[in-house]
Amino acid sequence: MNLMLLWSTLILGLLYGLLVLGVFLTFRILNYADLSVDGSLPLGAALTATLIFNGMNPFLATLLAIPLGALAGLITGILHTRFSITPLLSGILTMIGLYSINLRIMGRPNVPLLRHDTIFDLLSTYTGLTLRLSQTVIAVAVIILTVIGLYFFLNTELGQALRGTGDNEVMLRSLGVNTDRMKIMGLALSNGLVALSGALIAQYQGFADINMGIGMIIIGLASVIIGEVALGVKSILGRLCAVVAGSILYRLAIALVLRISFIEYTDLKLFTALLVTIALISPEISKKFRPAPNLALLEQKTGAAERAGN
Amino acid sequence: MLQINNLYKVFHIGEINEKVALQNVNLLLEPGEFVTIIGGNGAGKSTLLNCIAGVHLPEKGTITLDGDEITNFPDYRRAGAICRIFQDPMIGTAASLTVEENLALALRRGQRRRLNRAITRSERDLFRQKLAVLELGLEERLSTPVQLLSGGQRQALALLMATLVRPKLALLDEHTASLDPKTALRVLHLTRTLFENERITTLMITHNMEQALDLGRRLIMLHEGSVILDVNDLEREELTVPKLVDLFHAASGEQLHNDRLLLH
Ligand SMILES: Nc1ncnc2c1ncn2[C@@H]1O[C@H](COP(=O)(O)OP(=O)(O)OP(=O)(O)O)[C@@H](O)[C@H]1O
Ligand SMILES: [Mg+2]
Repeated sequence: MNLMLLWSTLILGLLYGLLVLGVFLTFRILNYADLSVDGSLPLGAALTATLIFNGMNPFLATLLAIPLGALAGLITGILHTRFSITPLLSGILTMIGLYSINLRIMGRPNVPLLRHDTIFDLLSTYTGLTLRLSQTVIAVAVIILTVIGLYFFLNTELGQALRGTGDNEVMLRSLGVNTDRMKIMGLALSNGLVALSGALIAQYQGFADINMGIGMIIIGLASVIIGEVALGVKSILGRLCAVVAGSILYRLAIALVLRISFIEYTDLKLFTALLVTIALISPEISKKFRPAPNLALLEQKTGAAERAGN
Repeated sequence: MLQINNLYKVFHIGEINEKVALQNVNLLLEPGEFVTIIGGNGAGKSTLLNCIAGVHLPEKGTITLDGDEITNFPDYRRAGAICRIFQDPMIGTAASLTVEENLALALRRGQRRRLNRAITRSERDLFRQKLAVLELGLEERLSTPVQLLSGGQRQALALLMATLVRPKLALLDEHTASLDPKTALRVLHLTRTLFENERITTLMITHNMEQALDLGRRLIMLHEGSVILDVNDLEREELTVPKLVDLFHAASGEQLHNDRLLLH
């Protein structure tokens, strides 16, 4: 793999890292499989691309993606908590609804940004950095700020109540925490991050597309699991860093797979699905392949113990 | 303190399996009273506590705590005043959170959660000091995830969490039932230190008659959703387990067939 490809893979991994952090929040912290991310990632992309296309300052356009994504998460949360719709179905409803909304925002299936300045272009004109470098600076800065922000948040009273809600809802309610509100807050925060991820990715790749959200939840899960398996850390900060690393490792795996000659770009979804399946069942598999206990040795030992007992 | 008037709870209303779990329950608790509740399986003991805690809303009747009517408050809004301990030690603590994080959550019972630090240094000192009372060495394990503790340790931690902020009312539902006898005894001892001796108004369900006679001064027996026995001064009455069984026969007009209630 040449260095340029490696570099762009790294940047993409960091930008998708925001999506992965969002998925980590819902899937791991809240214990809630939230499918709305398939809609909120293109939502952020659609909004920011359209605003930039119409001449808005790209920094402002990017920031605006966050509250809109949060609103999508809020709706999923309300569907689930107020109307007792299952987590899975609440997410699907939001996701489906967002497809039409995203089309409405863009007014067409694809908004190109090639002739417009993105935040990456702006940074390189302000600072004189190459485009590559300014992409790197922004990606690294945003990820670091988000990880640190989440780390501090998860160690506040509110963040701790959020973690408790995902762990033991009955107990949290008995301690006076409105767990419904916690879930809504977690979903809003998560989808805000996911929309920001979409906003940055659209600018990085130079367009927003109505179909760019398909399979985002699986990519998020794959990265979360890869990061956890690869780094195996327990602390909150460690886990946050691990899932970002997981996002980068996932992009590297994709880049490597694409180098196999008979694999087409369209095969990637199948590859990701297989990857997640393997990751999910690997604890089972490793159990099966664990060496069988050495019975002869065991007998010797217990025999010795019995004799010693007599 | 706690006043329950004419309380009814019916499950599956209008359906074929309609079940009257509580009927015409009246109860008045003085501040600081420690009351044990006994009764056979399905007598309505847990349902009574669930109604007081707001998990179930009653069909009829009122519940008043310290002069405030709380009958229809959602559970999380009463939690500032009421603490609960469950039979399953897994419910009383959050497994993936550490000992100190669990305590910190309990320290803010009933308060609004803000963006302040979850645990301050002085709170950590307080936790160490309180944990030492349990005599389980947990004061040295503040940052251990609770899932690594034994059931008894978790239940002891849950008891401490319940009393960290003094509750107006404590509800204990067979909180020693799933522990081995030795651990159960230890948790019972803690119950005495943390609740009875501290004069926290407490309702404690148990299937163990010895236990019921041993703790507190007042005993209530539920049967088919009603209070059939309310002994106010256990010491004066000099109650024993056989006497209690006789009282049950007299009050319910039934043989006490439930060996779970008898044997323990
Ligand atoms: N959530 C519920 N839905 C339907 N029926 C219920 C529910 N909770 C309790 N019941 C019924 O109400 C009756 C009283 O149950 P409850 O759990 O209060 O009994 P209990 O005295 O705590 O018994 P145990 O000693 O077995 O714990 C039972 O017949 C039970 O089946
Ligand atoms: Mg019960």
